[in-house]
Order: sequence, then C-alpha cells, then structure tokens
Amino acid sequence: MLPAEMPGISGEDVHVGVKKTYAEINEKIKSGKVVVVTAEEIIGMVEEKGVETVAREVDVVTTGTFGPMCSSGAFFNFGHSKPRIKMHRVWMNGIPAYTGIAAVDAYLGVNELPDHDPLNSNHPGEFRYGGGHVIEDLLAGKAIKFEATGYGTDCYPRRKIDTYLTLDDINEAFLFNPRNAYQNYNIAANVSDKTIYTYLGTLKPRMGNAHYCSAGQLSPLLNDPYYKTIGIGTRIFLGGGIGYVSWNGTQHSPCGARGENGVPLGGSGTMAVVGDLKQMKPEWLRGTSFRGYGATMTVGIGIPIPILNEEMVRYVSVKDEDIFAPVVDYSYDYPNCTGKTLASVSYAQLKSGVIEVNGKEVPTAPLSSYVKAKEIAETLKQWISKGDFLLGEPVQTLPSADSGITGKSLIEKSAP
Amino acid sequence: MSPKKILLKFPSGIVEKPLIYHLVKDYDLMVNILKANVNPSKEGSMVMELSGDSPNYDQGLDFLRRQGVIVDRLSEGIVRNIDKCTHCGACTSICPSGALYISRPSMEVIFEDDKCVICGVCLKTCPVKALEPSVNGGNGKQ
Repeated sequence: MLPAEMPGISGEDVHVGVKKTYAEINEKIKSGKVVVVTAEEIIGMVEEKGVETVAREVDVVTTGTFGPMCSSGAFFNFGHSKPRIKMHRVWMNGIPAYTGIAAVDAYLGVNELPDHDPLNSNHPGEFRYGGGHVIEDLLAGKAIKFEATGYGTDCYPRRKIDTYLTLDDINEAFLFNPRNAYQNYNIAANVSDKTIYTYLGTLKPRMGNAHYCSAGQLSPLLNDPYYKTIGIGTRIFLGGGIGYVSWNGTQHSPCGARGENGVPLGGSGTMAVVGDLKQMKPEWLRGTSFRGYGATMTVGIGIPIPILNEEMVRYVSVKDEDIFAPVVDYSYDYPNCTGKTLASVSYAQLKSGVIEVNGKEVPTAPLSSYVKAKEIAETLKQWISKGDFLLGEPVQTLPSADSGITGKSLIEKSAP
Repeated sequence: MSPKKILLKFPSGIVEKPLIYHLVKDYDLMVNILKANVNPSKEGSMVMELSGDSPNYDQGLDFLRRQGVIVDRLSEGIVRNIDKCTHCGACTSICPSGALYISRPSMEVIFEDDKCVICGVCLKTCPVKALEPSVNGGNGKQ
C-alpha cells in the first residue's frame, strides 16, 4: 500500500488539527517546554487520550534499538610519522584495516578478523576478537597495538612502523556504518536434523528454537514506516554519542509487502549512519562474537521522531501485536535463497517466548536487547528534555515505498 | 546439610554397577543428578548434588571410592558478569536447564545459578562473553 492510500493520510483527514514544524519543536526544546515520551510510553497515551490530543501534547517520541549490526566500522586518521609512511597494510590489535585510501587513513570493519584466525577450521569457530572488539577497546581507553607496513615511495620512504595508540592519539575517528537498524528482520529457525551456527545465533535442530532480532515497537524505523521524518541529516543517538543519518543503508528495500498500518512485513528499510567515535561509549558499541559465524559489533541507535501531525502519532503508536516478521529456515531456505518463509508471527508472540510454526510450539529468544533499547529511548528522552539535543531536519528523506527500489541478486555471467 | 555439587568419574569396569542406588538405599543420601555421561563398557562421569547427614555423607563417598570411583568436589562454576551482560537473550534458548531465562515483561535475562548444570554451552554461545567460567569459587553471584 502506498503512503497516499494510507487511511487518515490523504484527503479529508489532513486538514484537521495539529501541525508543527521542526523549528517550532526545536524552540520548545530550547525553552525547556518540550514534551518527550518513548515509543513504548506513547502506546498507552494514545489508547487513553486519542490521536488528536496526543498530537497536541507530545512533541517528540524517542525510539531505540541495541543489536548486532554487521555493516559497521570506523574511519581513522593516524597522523604522520617521521619519516613518513604510506600505509599499505595496517593492523589494529592484529585486526587488518582497509588502507585503499590516503596514506595514513584506514577503515576498520567490525567483521574483520586476525590474519591467522582459525575461522571455522574447527567448526564451530569461536571468533573471539574482531574489528568490533578493537572499537570497544579504544572506547574503553585501552592502548591498542598498531602496526603498519609500506612499500616505500620517494615522498613516503618508511616501510614499517610498530607502536601503541589510544583513541586520544588518533586524529579523526568516526564511525561510519553502511547499513544499520534494519526496519524489520527474519526470524531464524532450523528445520534440519542438526544444530546450525548462524549470524542469528545457535539454532537447534527440528525447530528447537527460533531467534529474532528487533526491538519491535521501540525500533526506530518501525515507528516511522515510510521515513516521513528520517533522512540525511537526522540527528540520532549513536553508540552513546550523537550521530547522523547520512544516507539510506545498503540493501535499503522499501517497496516490499506492508501491512495495513504501513509496517513492512520483512526486512525493508535500512540506514547509513555516521558520528564522532571519540564521544561514544564502550557500553553502546560492543564487540560481539557469533559462534560458527564470525565477529561483529552490537550497536546502540536511537532516533527521535517529531510529532509534526496526527499521522506521525498513528505511526509511533504501533505496538508489538501489529508488527509481523517472517519465520525463515536457516538450514536450507536462507542459504539457498529460496525465498520461502515458514510463517508470519507478531512481535507480541515472539516476546511471549513461544511461537507456533506449522502446528509446532517453538521457543523464541531475542538477539536484540529490549532492556538496552528502552535505556536508549530513555536516554534520548532525557537529552532532548534537558535541551542538550535538537532535532535535525532531514535535507532529504530516505527513499520510500514509492521509490521503485528493489534489491538485485548477483547473477553469474560469462564475459560480455 | 545443604547439598554439595560433586563430580564422579567412573572407570570403564564399574559403570554397569548400580552405585547411585546404593548411595540412596544404604546411606540415605539425597541425589540430584545434574549431568551424566555414562556409556556401557566406557569411562563415565556424572555431576550431582549430594546431601545427607554427616556420617552417612562421608561413608557414602568412601563407599564410592572403594568401588573405584574418583570423587571430586566440583569447584568450577559459571558466573554471569552483570557489567558485560547486555540482556540480549541469545543464551536463553540454548541453556538446557533453564538457569538462563527471560523475565517478562521486563525482558531482562536472569541467571539462576542453582539450576546451572555447568554444561558450558553458554560460555561458547554468549555473544559478548558475559558468562564466564569460575574456578575455585564455586558458583558466584549473578
């Protein structure tokens, strides 16, 4: 369903009542008169007072999510040594960083592993330390071992440097995550006869468990399903500091099936985000290991949603029972890209601890911390209420359900 | 007397004897088997909670030792480092004994170490390594 077809969005309902601008809300933040509630708190308020009253009373709704987000990493500028080196290879605590950019710049991806990691040679591998753990160690104030090699040029003659660095020793350090905060996500199950080890955790045979990974009703993009207020320049809580939405994320796919409330029934939207690593906190960027799969980083993100009108109240009052996600078999269907799903269940069912799939009761567990998601939404609420955080009006919102964007598969072809 | 966790190791020759039956019948001890790996004609091991009155308790253990069982106090355990735990929940569907579970509606992860059978699967599963082995201290506090 397109946004224009949403009940209460087009036509006769739009002329009624409440209209606020970003500038008006920011004035209220500065004068201490802003009313901020979390995406969990607003549900009961709307049930009690109705959409129009809440639209008048509330200015901002805060969201939060804290889950593993593999497409993450940080850019660094290490400064120049005497004599200079053009860093052709870089290792941070033994984890290689990408150096195909200027001389002393590098990008450390959170999935990156040590050169001699046993990987899955003794399956399932442990993947105890990767790029995400380096970022967490830097934020914790630890000194990391830094090694770089170069091939020597006339302007950059040095060939090797070994030293120790803390985050304070590094010039620029900014997190740049190409795909975070998936709008919705698969629920992973395993229909095979043996345990499997996936990026959605350890899955027991014969659907012995099912893992999901979303904060549901608190999750940022589920509270603004058509990205009406989220886009380039939106100021956010990122890793315990302040960050920005910089672009749509990779695999942003807003045109898939949606429910009547506009909420996507599967993966859908994503965001690329950026922010100064130096003001982030180790408790909100956590090095993470998935047995048999790899290393990654758990990222804390919170987005404030301005209540510009009643339409936004309808969106942010979405609750777990109205958000559905597909159950997918990760033993065959996911690896082979069959597109098959086993069931569609709500986050209310998932959070109850048991879902029913093809007549079988399957215990569920999350990989995304609802406890921490709430803490993020609360923290952002405090920042805004205290006047420490102003809303960023997007210069361009993310491509939405009318963009025509669809994901392409990778096809093997012979030389053209 | 409160139960103590013990580790029994059985040489291959005696695994088929009903030793635990004798602990209960002859020494009036209460057993709660937490983990057992006993196969015919092979070495076996068993973790159990054992409780009973003090002369019987020691005599029961002496009986096991006379039969060739190696008896150790279980000094290892698993602790949850609450500062590291993110309450993600990944451990809760893997823990076989229900020691790790989610409290609803708060969605906090709870660790009840009394229920822990020290199988160790959570040590490998926890994505942020908040579950840690604890040696010499028995089960620590969560």
